[in-house]
Amino acid sequence: MGKTVIEKIIQDHTEDEVNPGQVVWMDLDVRSARDFGGPNVVRNFEREYGDTPVADKNKTFFTFDLCVPACSLKYADNQQICREFARKQGIKVFDVDSGIGSHVLIEEGLAQAGTTVVGTDSHLNILGAIGCFGQGMGDVDITYAFKTGKTWFEVPKTLKVLIKGSFSLPAAAKDLTLYILKELGTKKAALQAVEFYGDAVRNLTLSGRITLCSMVTEMAGIIGFIPEHDDSLRNEMERLTGSGFSTVQADEDCLYSGQMEVDINGLKPQVAIPYSPDKVQDVSQLKGIRIDTGFIGSCTNGRTEDLALAARILKGKRIKQGITLKVVPATRRVYEEILERGILEDLFRSGAVISNPGCSGCAEGHIGLTGEGEVQVSTGNRNFSGKQGKGKTYLASPAVVAASCLAGQIISPEDL
Amino acid sequence: MERSVVSGRIWVLSDKKGELIEDIDTDQIYHNAFLHITEISEMGQHAFNNLGGWKDFPQKARPGDIIIAGRNFGAGSSRQQAVDCFVSLKVGLVIASSFGAIYFRNAVNSSFPVLICAELEEMVARRILETGDEVEVNFQTGEGKNISKAEFFKVEPMSAVQYDIFKAGGLFRYGKLVS
Repeated sequence: MGKTVIEKIIQDHTEDEVNPGQVVWMDLDVRSARDFGGPNVVRNFEREYGDTPVADKNKTFFTFDLCVPACSLKYADNQQICREFARKQGIKVFDVDSGIGSHVLIEEGLAQAGTTVVGTDSHLNILGAIGCFGQGMGDVDITYAFKTGKTWFEVPKTLKVLIKGSFSLPAAAKDLTLYILKELGTKKAALQAVEFYGDAVRNLTLSGRITLCSMVTEMAGIIGFIPEHDDSLRNEMERLTGSGFSTVQADEDCLYSGQMEVDINGLKPQVAIPYSPDKVQDVSQLKGIRIDTGFIGSCTNGRTEDLALAARILKGKRIKQGITLKVVPATRRVYEEILERGILEDLFRSGAVISNPGCSGCAEGHIGLTGEGEVQVSTGNRNFSGKQGKGKTYLASPAVVAASCLAGQIISPEDL
Repeated sequence: MERSVVSGRIWVLSDKKGELIEDIDTDQIYHNAFLHITEISEMGQHAFNNLGGWKDFPQKARPGDIIIAGRNFGAGSSRQQAVDCFVSLKVGLVIASSFGAIYFRNAVNSSFPVLICAELEEMVARRILETGDEVEVNFQTGEGKNISKAEFFKVEPMSAVQYDIFKAGGLFRYGKLVS
């Protein structure tokens, strides 16, 4: 019997037999921790293993991305705890200037197709976008991974999802993602790996792949893969990382738990309404909802292509009086690109607040919270009650957020 | 009593209609405003701080209490605190229709018992399980008993790995035993 993508990657990292439902001990190529979870990892490590070294300092990293630079004393302390441990152990720190850890791991070529990567970020399964088995874990798991380079894992089943049809602007990868989330909900892919097929996903760029794979977490899935790709993705990845790129393919005779189709023909911009990412509607159904704030960024929509999409709509225009638009590039590399390409200037001149790279909107503090009664439209991935403050958060594409900030209300870019 | 059998008073995490709440995420269990806390003893007071109708849980909970929860309990973030806040309150066990994947692992690694019961929704709807009932569960056989109502039910027994890590007292101790 052949293997699915996840089964193949796991089999490459264990002596145990890999079958869905089987618990195996798996080797980890990269072990990482953030400024949240990281200090707990350090505390656990020193309590359990004293002054002994980590299993492999060259495969162990800290990535600070939540509260960067620290905006509370607690985070400042926590980051320093990680730095001091890292110095002692000889571990590399991607410090507060770097940006979102999962994206940094891709850009630095540390997360690669066919490898296994763990960290304290529940969206680390974003790495499925490049065919890497990334997985978010708690601080006990990560401590154990720092020390042993291994973890236990129950091999998940794999669901095959065929995307039928194609989409074009004003619909973007986020709209595709929200529509798939609407169709799959939090039940159909729960606790499973997902393989996405079809022209619409094969043609996605790195940015679009990241958007789709990031929200497999919101589908309650383990990870999403897009095994097929065209040459432009290979070129993009090789340019970004300076090394070769090829994804892992499922065997033809592999066994899926099920197959389903999602027809996206005629896809319109989509919006998830509070307080659940899978409560998705066409933007036209929400037209006229007044907003206070827009947010463009996050691990789901913080790449150059996302900010360029917003800048195209905002260029030469002014955000409506009384509305605040916050823009946060995913990484320092993205920041450099938007600077060089004039995107930063277009965003700035439209009236946007642009901060240094990081998680920002989804983490508490970095670029502010929403107050009681405030309505935010965000390119993030979660709109759970209370997550970004007391206000209400709608999830949408960078284009819809940009258009909505010009209009002061939720609107499709084509209706501006 | 064997370590694999626990009993305690249950709290059914239901909404105003009396139905089990689904998709309770880690921000509702343990809000990101408290993520900077690294002392387990300080975490309990923030349990369910962001779950409507349940914010007074830390004041009401007694050591050994059992939580009954709906589908996809612990969805969302990877924060260990969402498990540790219950360890802090000395909650004895969480039984849910299903768990978020990361949440489930975190509980196993902390030697905090979590069990899956597919029939939970139906039992709550039929009032076979109600807040305040005294319940006993065997982790290895999956046998459950509502002592207050003299009713019996089944949960999924712990897997071998889950039970081994639980018995060892968590992933760290388990790791030392096997290496």
